[in-house]
Amino acid sequence: MGRQAQAATFRHFGRAMRMFAPVYLSNECVNGCLYCGFSHKNAIPRITLAPDVVEKEARHLLAEGFRNILLVAGEHPQKTSIDYLEKCVKQLRQLDVPSINLEIGPQSTENYRRLTAAGAEGLVIYQETYDRETYRRLHPIGPKQDYEWRLQTPHRAAEAGFRRVGIGALLGLHDWRQEALAMAAHLDELQRKWWQTLFTVSIPRLRPAAGRFTPPSPVSDRDLIQLVCALRLAFPQAGIVLSTREPAPLRDILAQIGVTMMSAGSHTDPGGYTQPAATPTIEPEDHSPEQFAVADNRSAREVTARLRQLGYDPVWKDWDACLN
Amino acid sequence: MSSDLIIAGRAFHSRLLVGTGKFSSNEVMRAALEASGTELVTVALRRADLSGKNDPFANILDFIDAKRYLVLPNTSGAMNAEEAVRLCRLATAAGLPKWIKLEIHPDPRYLLPDPVETLKAAEMLVKEGYTVLPYINADPVLALRLQDAGCATVMPLGSPIGTNRGIETRAQIEIIIEQARVPVVVDAGLGAPSQAAEALEMGADAVLVNTAIAVAPDPIRMAMAFRQAVEAGFLAREVGLAGTRKTAEATSPLSGFV
Repeated sequence: MGRQAQAATFRHFGRAMRMFAPVYLSNECVNGCLYCGFSHKNAIPRITLAPDVVEKEARHLLAEGFRNILLVAGEHPQKTSIDYLEKCVKQLRQLDVPSINLEIGPQSTENYRRLTAAGAEGLVIYQETYDRETYRRLHPIGPKQDYEWRLQTPHRAAEAGFRRVGIGALLGLHDWRQEALAMAAHLDELQRKWWQTLFTVSIPRLRPAAGRFTPPSPVSDRDLIQLVCALRLAFPQAGIVLSTREPAPLRDILAQIGVTMMSAGSHTDPGGYTQPAATPTIEPEDHSPEQFAVADNRSAREVTARLRQLGYDPVWKDWDACLN
Repeated sequence: MSSDLIIAGRAFHSRLLVGTGKFSSNEVMRAALEASGTELVTVALRRADLSGKNDPFANILDFIDAKRYLVLPNTSGAMNAEEAVRLCRLATAAGLPKWIKLEIHPDPRYLLPDPVETLKAAEMLVKEGYTVLPYINADPVLALRLQDAGCATVMPLGSPIGTNRGIETRAQIEIIIEQARVPVVVDAGLGAPSQAAEALEMGADAVLVNTAIAVAPDPIRMAMAFRQAVEAGFLAREVGLAGTRKTAEATSPLSGFV
């Protein structure tokens, strides 16, 4: 399976690995997801970066080489309002960031249109779990309780003109094989309807975070590798995205099987790159302002050096802002 | 008869065009280009630095010697005519040649070209003085329309990009070759040197290869193999292939002796 997956990846994506990094805008959130460090119930320092600070964070990443930046924010109608998000995108657009992507609370098509018009290229929205009962249990409060609204989000994003739309399930919440099947069905439906949109799949595995949530359906390394193989074979042309949630040795393996896009050197707390008060990545405590603990602590330079060693070309720029 | 490939009045000794995506590094790409003997190299504009800031993290063009190769910027990533034209203008402003491999594929999965937008963009670009080499599905009427619009070549696909399935559109490409007044370059889907030779034997003027070289275990030697196959295919076509027949014919016929 691994060999077949690798061959399929080579054919469609070659030996290129697209690099990206997240900028966390805010850890304010009105939802109470039981597994998330940003849950409103957790007593963590709450921070929302001013657009100028967002620019500083982006400049830091640009200097490191990143040309693809993912802006991440908790869901908070006031603190991370559509006006605020639009401002952040415009700020990055002025910096000539070639590819600006967003991972934010679900929005209306109309709001998404504002963000694409401001220059955003992609949107990431995870269903977290496709199992309705598990979803209900894990999202006891807040707008995120609405399963259907979230499920339809990638449709609205594609309709609003995002060029890339990422979906995913948070692995560990429910039986991963069932999640994989549901995600495949979701992806298939999306691809048929929005044939001009490039869909990607993420495979985030639950990491320790504030709140000390224990994954009810743990996914082993072996399971994760099997999932990447299955996704690649079922969807030879879908981008597969890997974050720094996974440790370096496993990331090296997954990179050679089917992953086509990865982050590196990530900080998952707002201001994590440039703000002196930011906490370094540590094993999570109940008060860590991170969304989750990073498991691959290598710098972007170290990750790309390793990719080159493995025979991959780390690609920083794969998009031009003039296409938006 | 000269064996040069002439595109828009410019002569090329090599009939192999090479793409620059999917390589394991820019260094390997550079070595493969050299081994291929190509003189015409296509680069995705979306991966190049068009800001004029010499971005060290988007420096693919630094690895392609502009004295040795004609850089053929391509518009991959554009979903419609307007985006493609915008990319071309930026490329020109960044100092790239006004030769364009026009590719507009709104379907991100099979990367099949959009005929309507391609024709529209070609008409606009020709008017603006570009030398346009459009990537198209193997559609003979579209090929004629693009010729009429002033395109310098037509580049029909053998099979979808990256599939390595060879010339699956053979019957259509034969018609395109028969009717062409401009060079026909078979682009996309050629997975083996024998398939490249086949294209030249059929009468195609050139081929464009990327994936089969870039993802080969040894791209440099594979580039050499494609170079030799293209030369062999063209030579065979110049000589003319012997016809085929159903019955056997002895290589040393007896008929002369009886």
